[in-house]
Amino acid sequence: MSGDDATPAVGERRWVNAALGGLAWITALIFFFPVLWMVLNSFKSEQDANTSPKLTFDPTLDRYREVTESAGGLLSFGEAFTNSVVIVLVSTLIVLALAIPAAYALAIKPIVKWRDVLFFVISTKFLPVVASILPLWILARDLDLLNTRVVLIILYTAINLPLAVWMLRSFFVEIPRELIEAAEIDGARLRGQLTSVILPLAAPGIAATALLCVIFAWNEFFYAVQLNPVEGSTVPVWVTTNVSTRGEFLAKLSAASVLACIPVVLAGWIAQKRMIRGLAMGAIK
Amino acid sequence: MTEVRYVEATRTYPGTDTPAVDSLSLDIADGELLVLVGPSGSGKSTALRMLAGLEPLDAGAVFIGDRDVTDVRPRDRDIAMVFQNYALYPQLSVAENMGFALKQHGVPKEERTARVRETARILDLEPFLDRKPRQLSGGQRQRVAMGRAIVRQPSVYLMDEPLSNLDAKLRVQTRTEVVELQARLGVSTVYVTHDQVEAMTMGHRVAVLRAGVLQQCDAPSTLYHEPVNLFVAGFIGSPAMNLVDVGDARPPRIGESELALDAALPNDAGKLTVGFRPESLRVGDGPLPARIRTVEDLGSEMFVHVAVEHHGDTVPLIAKVSPPFEGTAGDQVGLQIAGTTHLFGEDGSRIASPAATLHSPGAVSRS
Repeated sequence: MSGDDATPAVGERRWVNAALGGLAWITALIFFFPVLWMVLNSFKSEQDANTSPKLTFDPTLDRYREVTESAGGLLSFGEAFTNSVVIVLVSTLIVLALAIPAAYALAIKPIVKWRDVLFFVISTKFLPVVASILPLWILARDLDLLNTRVVLIILYTAINLPLAVWMLRSFFVEIPRELIEAAEIDGARLRGQLTSVILPLAAPGIAATALLCVIFAWNEFFYAVQLNPVEGSTVPVWVTTNVSTRGEFLAKLSAASVLACIPVVLAGWIAQKRMIRGLAMGAIK
Repeated sequence: MTEVRYVEATRTYPGTDTPAVDSLSLDIADGELLVLVGPSGSGKSTALRMLAGLEPLDAGAVFIGDRDVTDVRPRDRDIAMVFQNYALYPQLSVAENMGFALKQHGVPKEERTARVRETARILDLEPFLDRKPRQLSGGQRQRVAMGRAIVRQPSVYLMDEPLSNLDAKLRVQTRTEVVELQARLGVSTVYVTHDQVEAMTMGHRVAVLRAGVLQQCDAPSTLYHEPVNLFVAGFIGSPAMNLVDVGDARPPRIGESELALDAALPNDAGKLTVGFRPESLRVGDGPLPARIRTVEDLGSEMFVHVAVEHHGDTVPLIAKVSPPFEGTAGDQVGLQIAGTTHLFGEDGSRIASPAATLHSPGAVSRS
């Protein structure tokens, strides 16, 4: 910045581009490495996993067999998986059912003070999660909801709702006003406007929103372990049950972690195209 | 029989002080094609949206037929609207787009299909009925938008700059088609445009708006020959009317030349602006010296842009001449006015439209 005007901007020189590209690859690999390590470990014996890094080993599925076997008294993988699926799907459906009308009221027929409402909605995300745990725990205990799926459904709905309202609002704002007005003049009532204009046009956005809700709910650990640590708990909590106080568990834990990752990775991969379109909806028309 | 009436209709957008449409009173006769025209921000689109029910009224009323529709929802007004960007439902086929309103109104499927087919036939859209809007050209989309309005057989059509997204050639062609179609259907139509050529060529009557206020609503030739004020005079006509501020000198002078009027001016007329159409300005041997700036040759006619020294300023004027015209940029010429001039008072309203001629300095004042 010493006033050397002759220096070309970054990107004009070939080697700068090459170096930046290389840096991007290295960064990506650094991020990816622990994931790769986890996957490799999950196919090793405990002994191999706990010795110094080793790339050649006899792959085995034994760890997967071990972690999915239900041990008496403990949360089994099957139970945890079912719980997660139910909690994630139900909470996501409730989130969409509440967020779509909210986004309509904030974007298409803006209510008075919609900016304040929008800010209030997101402000609920400002509190640290840990600050809410005690009142929540007491409430859940008094309502007899501890160790139930219901408490997590309620909480995951609440966690994802602000995000969903914000995302859907921005997608709804993108819908050309004339289309909704044309539908209004053509005689469509609110339901007709929603089903024939708004929802079809915002479908990629709704898919993206739903996917994020699913991912956040699937991965949530803190509330699950605090309010629902035993039966009725979710996959992330189940993963930690594979940590034992005695003996080696690294390979087992890796296998459990891989199992926990598969559904979200799969969902993300399937929805990738739609989601990118949804997230980019504002940018390209 | 459907007349449309605006009665003192006013709309002020929230957060603004001046009304977008100010006490608009306008009658549209049954079967009439009325064009609302004005520059951007003149309130023409707002006026149309008030009729559509998309914009509420802050005062006044809107009538469709005998019915006061001021507080009636858009879907209950029995209107159809064509939007500037056509607003076709992208996920529906052409046939579904055209049948959408009928479906919403519970028209049975067989009748719907028959009416859509009939309309598609009128508009040459039959081969495209199964296509999606994105698979159509701009002109085809425009026809689908028209078709969607026609198929409903409403009592009023509203059109909001429906041709402005078409290229110039197609626009002129479609203009004629719309006029023919409207005449055939005989349905009252309110048509909004910013293009005064479109307004003049299409409208049975043209309503000129400026800053939310109706300036004049008349037949195109009346607007052209008897503009009520400076704004209408300057807005209607292409190229625009020449307007020269001549102050309160009597006789009025352009440059040093004196203007002889065939009518006496009222004594209290005050400061005047003289207006004359390009076709009333002769370029050649006139008493008013001028320099040619540029010559536009359109083949059938030519526009000569000239500059005149007037009260210390250089005033640009335009003359419309018939070919052939010998003269190029930089030439010194003399100008003469032959025909009607319009005299506008200090408040901009037209005082008189006498015939006038230019004379050399002193010729008029001495006589």
